[in-house]
Amino acid sequence: MTESSANKPANGQVCHRVKNGVKPGRNGFIKNHHHYHHQQPMYCYPEDKVQHTACNGSSGLGLYSRPFIESFEETPMLVAVLTYMGYGILTIFGYLRDFLRDWKIERCHVAREREEQRDFVPLYQDFENFYTRNLYMRIRDSWNRPICSVPGAKVDLVERVSPDYNWTFDYTGKVVEGVINMGSYNYLGFAENTGYCADASAEVTMKYGVGVASTRQEMGNLDRHEEMEELVAKFLGVESAMAFGMGFATNSMNIPALTGKGCLILSDELNHASLVLGARLSGSTIRVFKHNNMQSLEKMLRDAIVHGQPRTHRPWKKILILVEGIYSMEGSIVRLPEVIALKKRYRAYLYLDEAHSIGALGPGGRGVVDYFGLDPRDVDVMMGTFTKSFGAAGGYIGGRKELLEYLRSHSHSAVYAASMSPPVVEQIIASMKCIMGEDGTTLGRDRVQQLAENTLYFRRRLTEMGFIIYGNSDSPVVPMMLYMPAKIGAFGREMLKRNIGVVVVGFPATPIIESRARFCISAAHTKDMLDTALSVISEVGDLLQVKYSRHERLPSLD
Amino acid sequence: MLFIDYSSAFNTIISTKLRTLGLNTSICNWILDFLMGSPQAPAYHLVLEGILILWIIRLLFSKTYKLQERSDLTEKEKEDLIEEWQPEPLVPPMSKDHPSLNYDIVTGPPSHKIIVNGKECINFASFNFLGFLDNERVKQKALTSLRRYGVGTCGPRGFYGTFDVHLELEDRLAKFMKTEEAIIYSYGFATIASAIPAYSKRGDIVFVDEAACFSIQKGLQASRSFIKYFKHNDMEDLERLLKEQEIEDQRNPRKARVTRRFIIVEGLYINTADVCPLPDLVKLKYKYKVRIFLEESMSFGVLGEHGRGVTEHFGVNIDDIDLISANMENAVASIGGFCCGRSFVIDHQRLSGQGYCFSASLPPMLAAAAIEALNIMEEDPVVILIWFRFFIFMYDLVNKYFQIDSYSAVKSVIGEVYAPALHLQLERSSGSRDTDVRMLRSIVDYCLERQIALTLARYLDKEERFLPPPSIRVVVTIEQTEEDIEKAASCIREAALAILK
Repeated sequence: MTESSANKPANGQVCHRVKNGVKPGRNGFIKNHHHYHHQQPMYCYPEDKVQHTACNGSSGLGLYSRPFIESFEETPMLVAVLTYMGYGILTIFGYLRDFLRDWKIERCHVAREREEQRDFVPLYQDFENFYTRNLYMRIRDSWNRPICSVPGAKVDLVERVSPDYNWTFDYTGKVVEGVINMGSYNYLGFAENTGYCADASAEVTMKYGVGVASTRQEMGNLDRHEEMEELVAKFLGVESAMAFGMGFATNSMNIPALTGKGCLILSDELNHASLVLGARLSGSTIRVFKHNNMQSLEKMLRDAIVHGQPRTHRPWKKILILVEGIYSMEGSIVRLPEVIALKKRYRAYLYLDEAHSIGALGPGGRGVVDYFGLDPRDVDVMMGTFTKSFGAAGGYIGGRKELLEYLRSHSHSAVYAASMSPPVVEQIIASMKCIMGEDGTTLGRDRVQQLAENTLYFRRRLTEMGFIIYGNSDSPVVPMMLYMPAKIGAFGREMLKRNIGVVVVGFPATPIIESRARFCISAAHTKDMLDTALSVISEVGDLLQVKYSRHERLPSLD
Repeated sequence: MLFIDYSSAFNTIISTKLRTLGLNTSICNWILDFLMGSPQAPAYHLVLEGILILWIIRLLFSKTYKLQERSDLTEKEKEDLIEEWQPEPLVPPMSKDHPSLNYDIVTGPPSHKIIVNGKECINFASFNFLGFLDNERVKQKALTSLRRYGVGTCGPRGFYGTFDVHLELEDRLAKFMKTEEAIIYSYGFATIASAIPAYSKRGDIVFVDEAACFSIQKGLQASRSFIKYFKHNDMEDLERLLKEQEIEDQRNPRKARVTRRFIIVEGLYINTADVCPLPDLVKLKYKYKVRIFLEESMSFGVLGEHGRGVTEHFGVNIDDIDLISANMENAVASIGGFCCGRSFVIDHQRLSGQGYCFSASLPPMLAAAAIEALNIMEEDPVVILIWFRFFIFMYDLVNKYFQIDSYSAVKSVIGEVYAPALHLQLERSSGSRDTDVRMLRSIVDYCLERQIALTLARYLDKEERFLPPPSIRVVVTIEQTEEDIEKAASCIREAALAILK
């Protein structure tokens, strides 16, 4: 536990200010308590230094109990220029081919409107599909690769070929076996078809069946649901918890229950689509702060409280800060100690989405709160998903009893959506008990540790090889920059040729020039697998020339 | 004429200057594309475009609108304001006896025989129409799948979350519905709620039935389109709105050419238990050139000779419906939902359906269960025929007990013989919704005591666009015997007489 969380909310902050003799300036609080210079990761990098280390309590005021190292190396100028040129060329060729298609010189594969409906208003605007038709279609084979086994450390892929440059796929009937899986969010390796969790789940399948055919409020509140929710609350260290059938919907259907008109939502610019949708559906005013940038957040908080609502200047009813634990495209970890300090100082509420961090971070696998050694009661709404670390499906919300009582009666999900499938619930119960050590073994704890070790090792080796790796050194999400659009497809294909399955992402999931490959480290990966993967990545990296980093290797953490 | 090659020069300017100015990269790229598109140009072009770029830079620097009005508060005043501000609590306080706070607890499987709050009852509440929930074949298939794939998918469809089972289920659904393509979602609620905003955008117009279910309402809200509600199943009212729109379009033909319009209806309305007049809707569709989206969560597996839903029920050509969506949580008794239609329409969701792209895919065992349920439906359409007998039986019973009998204080609102889930409402409201709900709840409790499991139809009072009156929902399933239904009907009547008198 850090000093700050031991302090009482308001008191603690006042203390700090006085001790420091800080003039209450705009960003004074933050600036004076963190001895690092924060840089926004997205666009401009005024200086070349990329390592931020939060002070480690040496002055007695640090909010961080461990080094907080996050790096976003600047895009090399030449690469940026070439990337833009790449898009330019793609666009020109896109127009050319659209022209050819219009004149029926090139065969058009796009599905057509029915004859009877030709005189309707077109369903899509032509420009809408330009990107899909001319850019995405070229490298479509890098996504949606069908698998036919457990999405574990190794995975079997269904082989497919395309006779017409990715417009359609034929399945050859063959299976590509034993592909090392660097793409699934199987952080703790609970995607298994044998063992304790699968057995428990199998038993429940035969007893309960797979469906529920009703909602929680009507006739779909099973004893298993109640048991799981108690366990989740215990795991998170909160008073109460509730589970929902889909992670995406947990955000999009519960945020509207919490805020409404006259409320302000402050949302990180890289928040997941579900948080954005939830915020939008709530009808609240939404303002976006720069990714993980505490100065930006504090400025918005101050402005919001000082100025109140636009035009009327009525004070905001409440302010809700939306952040994620680990950002799935950046690999960064939220600066939670600072967010909590800000939230306390400005009396805002904090909604923490731990979709990727629950299970994957912290000594006990309890997510980002555990990682920083903070008190879960300081986070008002603890949200997370079961899809990733627990190898199940769905999402949860944890928090104070009043909050959960309110959600039980007002959550859209509880009233209108079918409740969770019993075998899925059982998988959650079993895997969570395993992580907590309630199954009487240390298997769960070993997995958490293994993941942390794998992550450090993998990130260190990639950096040593000279790739540009984004994000926090402890984050199991490892984005590796490719930048150029042509390299997205090439990297995905070359890796698959060498039996490694990776995820590659480009616009619109990332900013247009920051296309990247993403590796998700799992506790199920053995050292051998990681070494194989690393040597292949290095090989393909040389082949495609994506070892962009111009930095000396980062100094070792310990 | 002077020709200058300036493409490389602009490259550097754009990527260095504009980017350090914090300019949106997509704008950057657009400018760049624009420049790169014409590498050779006369000098006056260069000058003109130079001015244009300078102007854009100016625009970027000058704030076009002010997020916050300027204030001349001193730091001290600001601090005071911050100290003074007290937010509302995150959630309003709840009374302990809120009707929807305490859930009924089901111990064991929610199948035909169900244990509610420790009491074994006959289930008249779950939407397990075809009894697939405790079907041994379905369970066995799910188990086999679990033993092969594990439970979770650990990823969205795009990133190694597509299993061969998903492809098979999509294929089977498309074949079953006789459409070109189907797409599956991992959550029933998210299906139509994601499908609507994938097509209908800001500025488009959607005509919706007032009785539309909550997930349609959420989809509409996410789409930010203009929404026009027509009276429930009232085709004249719909035509009036369409005509109004036609007149509006004639006034502004340019706008009309890009304004998409949709009619969104449910096949069998969950809130009113009646069927939409689909043939009339199709006529209106072609007359006014509006696309039809049909939500069939209640009618899929229920209506039509083979359970294909309301299109089969009316003999409407399924290609005349632009999009059909249904969930697999009712008749199929699994989890998730699907959309089907022509590839031209459906394929778009694979990149634009938010609930499809950004959510983990459906656990393969649930997909396998759905496939097996489809198998049974295809092998044995008799299942659905037998079931009709029950509907008619139930319908007669309900008529006998609640409509013809003027003595009763409960009325039923089944519009059609085929509704598998019908609503029982109070004949006369007490005037307060709370009291009504409480009275109906006592009827439910009374029946629970006598081993009939019923449930109130739950709504979010403040969120619903047109809040339906409080009701008890009675669900007929294939597993109930005539005696069960007779017993339930008489029990409800008894309860109504005891409680409402």
